[in-house]
Amino acid sequence: MTSPASHWREALAQGRFLLQRAGDGSAIFPPRLAAPGSGTDDLEWIEASGLGTVYTLSWVQRRPPAEPYNVALIDLDEGARLMSRVEGMTPETLRIGQRVSAFIDSSGEQPVLLFRAWED
Amino acid sequence: MGDIFPRGRTAIAGLATFGVGETPGYSSMELTAKAALLAVADAGLTLPEVDALFICQPDDFFAGLSFAEYLGLQPRYTDNNRTGGSAFMSHMAVAALMLEAGYIDCALIAYGSNQRSNGGKLATKITSNAWDSPYAPLFPLTSYALAAARHMHEFGTTREDLAAVAMAARAWANTNPEAFAKGPLTMEDCLSARMISTPISVRDCCLVTDGAAAIVMTRTDRARDLAAAPVPLLGAAAATWWNSIAQSKDVTVTAAKESGARAMAMAGVTPPDIQTAQLYDAFTINTVLFLEDLGFCPKGEGGRFVSSGAIAPGGSLPVNTNGGGLSCCHPGMYGLFAVIEAARQIRGSAANQLPGIDLALAHGNGGTLSSQATVILGSMATV
Repeated sequence: MTSPASHWREALAQGRFLLQRAGDGSAIFPPRLAAPGSGTDDLEWIEASGLGTVYTLSWVQRRPPAEPYNVALIDLDEGARLMSRVEGMTPETLRIGQRVSAFIDSSGEQPVLLFRAWED
Repeated sequence: MGDIFPRGRTAIAGLATFGVGETPGYSSMELTAKAALLAVADAGLTLPEVDALFICQPDDFFAGLSFAEYLGLQPRYTDNNRTGGSAFMSHMAVAALMLEAGYIDCALIAYGSNQRSNGGKLATKITSNAWDSPYAPLFPLTSYALAAARHMHEFGTTREDLAAVAMAARAWANTNPEAFAKGPLTMEDCLSARMISTPISVRDCCLVTDGAAAIVMTRTDRARDLAAAPVPLLGAAAATWWNSIAQSKDVTVTAAKESGARAMAMAGVTPPDIQTAQLYDAFTINTVLFLEDLGFCPKGEGGRFVSSGAIAPGGSLPVNTNGGGLSCCHPGMYGLFAVIEAARQIRGSAANQLPGIDLALAHGNGGTLSSQATVILGSMATV
C-alpha cells in the first residue's frame, strides 16, 4: 500500500502525470485519501491530458541580472487546479487565459511538473 | 442550528497597544506582557482576575504555555488557535461563548512581536506546502499577487486602484501619533515603487514593525462597572475555505464573504449600518477584496470604490482609521490591532476619532487569504 501522495510522486518519476477522479467525475489535486468535501473514498487514478489554461499568474522579480520567473495557477482541462510555472514565456507574452501543456522536468534532484505554451 | 451568539452580552473591558513601531531591546514576550498588563489595568482589573488566556505568537508555537508562565497565570482555559492574523477574532468568538456560559470570567487576548528590531523580516515559520514550493512563490506575497492579477483581469482593477488603498492608509496614519509610516505618499511613489511579485510592489505591502496588543473581555454586565467604557461584542464569525491559494475555487472571493455575513447576522446589522471598518490590509488587494466580500460594494467594484476616495479621510466609509497594516503597524499578525482600532472608535478614544461611532467592524485575515474572521463591535446604545 502506497499513500496517494507517494503514488503520485512515483508516477511522476516514471514520467506520468496522474490525477484522481471522484465518483461524481470531479478531478482532484493534490492527491488525497478521500474526495475533499464529501469524504468519499471511491477515487480512481487517471492519466492527466496535461492540457490546461492559465488562471492567474505572477512574475517574481529577482536582483538583476537574474531574470524574473513566473508562478501560475493552471486550470487543468479535467477540472483540477494547481500551481506551476510556464516555461519559455516572458512577462510580455504570458497572459491569463494562455493554453498550456504539461511536461516533466527531470533535470533536477526531484522531477517537477512544468508547463509550456500550447496551441489547440 | 448554529451561529447562536450571545449578542452584546460580552464586551471588551480593557485594551492596550504597546511598542508599536520600533522597540529595540524587547523580546516578543516582553512586548506582549506589557500590552497585557496595560489592558488589564485599563479595565480596572488585576492580573489574578484573568482566568482564560487566548494567544497566538509568531515565533512560539507553545505561546499559550510560555506566556501563561511568564505572567504567572494558571488559566482555566488556554487557547492557542493559530489561523494566522485572523486568530484573534476567533479568540473573541470563543471567549464570548465561554464567558456567556460561565465557564470563564475574564479573558485575556494578546499578541506581540519584535520582528522589526529582531531581523526586520516577517516573523513566521510557515511556508508554502510541498505541492507549491517547487515553484518558489514568495510566501505569503505571491499568493496575494495571484489574487490581485486575477482581480485585475476579471474586473479591470488597476495598479492605481491598489495605490489608492495605500494612499488612504497613509493619509490616516499621518494624523495618528502611534503610526509608524508617515509623510506624503503620492500616486507616482506607488506606481514607481520596486516591483516584487507582479502586480504587487513594495508600496502594496504592509509594514514590518514591532508592536503588541491586548484586550480583556468580560460579561457586559460586569464590564459596565469597571474602569473603562465597555465595547460590547455583537457578533463574531470565522471561516476557512483553503490553505494554499492554489486550492481556492475563485481567488477573487474570500471566506470573508461567509464570516462577514454570519457575524453581521448575529449582530442584526447590514453593511450600510457599519460606520467604520478595520480590515486586515497585509497587501492593498486585501482591502479591495474584503470591501467586496463583506458587502460594502459589489464584487468587482472594490477598485473603483477605493479610487473614489470612499475609504480615505472624509470618505463615506472610513477604513483602517489608524493607518492599517500598510502605514500604522504590522508586527507579523495584525488582527488584534484592527480590533483595538474599532474599539477605540466606539470608545471615542481613537487618534483619528470619527463622530458618533456606534457600530464598527474589524476583519482579520490569515494565511494566504485562507482564514477570514469578522467581529462586529457596538456601543452600549446598541445593546
